[in-house]
This record gives sequence, C-alpha cells and structure tokens, in this order.
Amino acid sequence: MLRISDVSKTFFPGTVNERRALVEVNLGLAAGDFVTVIGSNGAGKSTVLNTVAGRIGQDEGKVELDGRDVSKLKEHQRAAQVGRVFQDPMAGTSPHLTIEENLSLADKRGRPRGLALGVTKAKRERFAEALKVLELGLEDRLKTKVGLLSGGQRQALSLLMATFSQPKILLLDEHTAALDPQRAELVTRLTKKVVEEQQLTTLMVTHNMAQALEVGNRLIMMHEGRIILEVPEGEKSKLAPEDLLAEFAKIKGAVIDDKTMLQ
Amino acid sequence: MITAVELGLIYAIVALGVYLTFRILNFPDLTVDGSFTSGAATAAILIVNEVNPFLATAAAFVVGAVAGLITGLLHTKGNINGLLAGILTMIGLYSINLRIMGGANVPLLGEDTVISALRGVAGTGWNSVLVLVAVALVFKLLLDWFLHTDSGLALQATGDNEQMIRSFAVSTDRMKIIGLMLSNGLVGLAGAVVAQFQGFADIGMGIGLILVGLASVIVGQAIFGTRVVIQATMAVVLGAVIYRLAIQFALNAGLNPNDMKLMSALLVIAALLLPQWKGFRRIAQWRKGRSALDAAAEATLTSEANVPGKKVG
Repeated sequence: MLRISDVSKTFFPGTVNERRALVEVNLGLAAGDFVTVIGSNGAGKSTVLNTVAGRIGQDEGKVELDGRDVSKLKEHQRAAQVGRVFQDPMAGTSPHLTIEENLSLADKRGRPRGLALGVTKAKRERFAEALKVLELGLEDRLKTKVGLLSGGQRQALSLLMATFSQPKILLLDEHTAALDPQRAELVTRLTKKVVEEQQLTTLMVTHNMAQALEVGNRLIMMHEGRIILEVPEGEKSKLAPEDLLAEFAKIKGAVIDDKTMLQ
Repeated sequence: MITAVELGLIYAIVALGVYLTFRILNFPDLTVDGSFTSGAATAAILIVNEVNPFLATAAAFVVGAVAGLITGLLHTKGNINGLLAGILTMIGLYSINLRIMGGANVPLLGEDTVISALRGVAGTGWNSVLVLVAVALVFKLLLDWFLHTDSGLALQATGDNEQMIRSFAVSTDRMKIIGLMLSNGLVGLAGAVVAQFQGFADIGMGIGLILVGLASVIVGQAIFGTRVVIQATMAVVLGAVIYRLAIQFALNAGLNPNDMKLMSALLVIAALLLPQWKGFRRIAQWRKGRSALDAAAEATLTSEANVPGKKVG
C-alpha cells in the first residue's frame, strides 16, 4: 500500500546547521499494516510522516502510494488518499467552523467541492451517527464551534475526520502526546477501534513505548535518520518495554563508542 | 440623510468584499483601492459608448475579479507577501485605470445608468432606499449561501486553519485566488454603481477605500456581533450604512471634507485599539455575554502587533 524507497532528506544543506534527517530510508506497508514508529528526538520519525504526506519534499528516493509514484505530488494532492492527525490538538480542525461543518469538509476529501450546500439534513444525520462512536456527546452539539471544545474532544474529532472518508493511509504524528493521560487513553482506544473497523493502513509515531507496543502489528525504531530496528508481525507481541529500552541503550553505547574513537 | 443611506447601501457591497478577504481569508487585501476605480472606469467608458448600464456594471465585476486574480497569483504562485501583492496590483492599476478612461475622469451626465433606471422606478425618496436595501440584501444572501457550500466552507477553513484544510485535499492557493477574485469583483461592481450614482468616474475615487471597507466591517461587527456568518454579513451591511451616516453627520457638523480621510483612519485605529482596553472588554462581555471565541476573533485583528503570549479572553 505504501512504499518508501531510498528516501533521503537533508535540512539546511551546506550550512553549519546541516542536518541529515533521513538517510536512505526504506519502508513498506502492506494493506492493513499498522506500524508504530519510535525513536529519540530528532531521529527522523516525523520527517518520515511529513515526507509521505508531501509536506516535506524528499531530496532523493521515491514514495509510492497504492502502486502509484506520488513523489512529485503536492501536499494537498496526496491528501486525497492520506489522512493525518497532528500532535497539536488545535491543528486538525477549523476552530471557527462548527462540528458539522468540519465533518462536512472531511467528508469531501478527494472529491470535487462544488456549490452544493456543505451541510444538509441527510448529512447531518450521518455526521451525528458517526460522532456517537466517540462517546463524547458531540452528536448533540453539531452546531457548536470547534474552537469551544477541549483539547481531548478536538483530537478525538480530528481522528474521526481524518478517517471519515476512508483514506488509503493514515498518518498519526504523536497524536496523543499533548493530551492528559485519561484523554490520551481515550484517543488511543478510539484509534485502535477505527483502524480495526476500517482496516486502515497506518503509520503512527509515538514517544510512548507502552503505547508503541500496545497498538499495531509491526514496530520500527529510528535513530539519526535511519531505521535501526524492525520488529515484524508476530514478534511484536512478544516484546516488552524493557527490550526496547535495551535497544535504546545499545544505540547510546554506540554513540559513546564513536566519540571515544574520535578522541 | 437619504443620500447617505443610499450611498451606504452601495458601499455595503464593498464592505462585503472586504469582509470576505479581511475576515474570512484573513488576508489584508489592498487591491480594492485600485479595483474599485477599475470597475468605475470600465462601467463609465462602456456607458458613454452606449452599452447597456447593467451590462456595463456586470463588466465592472469581471474587471475587478481579474484584478483580484492578479493579486492572488502574485501572492500564491509568486510567494509575494500578501500586503505587498495587493499594493503592487493597486499601483499598477492606477496607470491602467487612466488608460481605460483615457483621462483622469469620465462624466456620465445625461447618460442612461443603473441609477437613472432606479430613479425612473422608485424616484428619489425612501422608495429608492427600499430598492437599494433589497439589492444589498441580495448580495449579502448570495455571499451567505456561497460560504455555506462545499467550496465556501473550504474557503472559510483556508482562512481559519490552512494546514488542516490542506490535509483534506484542498488547494489553499486556489481558495485564496477564488476569494480575492470574488472580493474584488464585488468591489469593482460597487465602484461602477458609485460612479453612476455620483455622475462621473474619477481616478482618485478609490483612494483610501480599504479604510472605508475596514471601518464598515469593524464598526458593524463591533455593534452587531459575528457569531455566525449570516449575522456577520448583516453586521457588515449595517456597518457600511452607519459609517456613511457618521460621515454625513461629521460634515453637517462643519468638518472640513479634506479631513475626511484622517477621520476614517482615526476611526479604524480607535475600533482596533478599543477592544484591547481591559475596561472596554469587560463592558462588552458583561453586556453581550459574548463567547470566548468571538473575543478571540477580535484578537486576531490585532494579533500581529500583539505582545507575544498576551491573552485576550
């Protein structure tokens, strides 16, 4: 469904701030795969997601979606097939529009937007039905402006919107990191549920190792722009957080070793 | 009094255009100073050449929309700052407007115009005001309708959260261009009607128009609120009339017409600064029980100049 081939990306090339964010990354997701991505800060996790979404153009390599090369497509063109939930709960919704208007925008993803009314009676019923899944009572507040909702409510709505028109791939960028533990738990539960129901191919970045092990069927660990560990389907369920920490420790050791060598 | 109301209702169309860019798209578009005159010049020259005045007024919409298209392309495809893109188009249009008119002004004395048609039907009293009220309302309702269509919602979201709407496969560049075209089309059309109302098109008639539009939007929305789109557009229409009446009042009170532009500027400054004053905010909230969101919308106007981290609530 998704194939990233030899993708490299360097920020600020040729300056003192030069940073190799991605180094010849290869990753393939079969239909229905749910891959969690972990790694320390600056490992390139978010850059991978942004490269798939087209927000950042890759320097080298190819991104294919459903067998089609999308490397040259712009962000909004790829978005027809890519659903996204951002870390910032404010980022995924339009605050001055109502809940139903936001859902109407999500509903039209990848289809031409003309001069038909965005919200009709039939649509409103469909939206209310979909909102019930969130169990937040939002179905009774269709005409509330989204800016008045709490962060957790907005993030749950963002998730619903991102998956509303069944994207080919769902990208989750630490989408529970900015929420309190209770809300994070809720959004994680909703994520599992919706991905399972719609059989969505999903790539999820997270800082939380327990979460990385709890959801998804595969796991990758990144460090300094490279994928340094791939846990395939079947083996992931056997992993414990301690195993991942041990892997992290190995990297850190390697870094120290390099430094010692240089001295 | 009646003349002021009539003029206010015509300028309401300008205010609706400015509302579309300034409030909905969050884009301070200065093109309007030029496109207003372009619309007036186009309609005037067509009318002098015996074209049907309604057709000439429609042509003014098209010319205004083209001006908006140019600003939109400069901003989105040329990556030029929005303010500068508008200024560039506005300055360029000055020469073009002179070319269109073949001089600094075009008199319309004795020509058939949309205003002479109005006078023929409704005379000069309150009847003609009623007709103009209906016209302004039609434009208001058309804008309300458009903003609630699939395209219109995408346009609103473009001004509200660009990152979000792009992630739902909308080209924000395209939305901005559409918004600028519509806005300047409305402004051009209003310019054509104003020229026919005053009996001439003049190269200087658009100077400072952005302030007229802004003052109408800000004054109207401060008085009548912005909770939903239909309320906001109504406020804009009423704001344009109130602004015109205020000017009339100031002139009657003996104000030198040459000071008018300064007064407009001071009015807009006051309207932007007052909501930041704590006492005023408390009064406004107490009086209307306005939602936090409305106050936040108010804050976005001044946010660029705001102290970072300053909360407006």
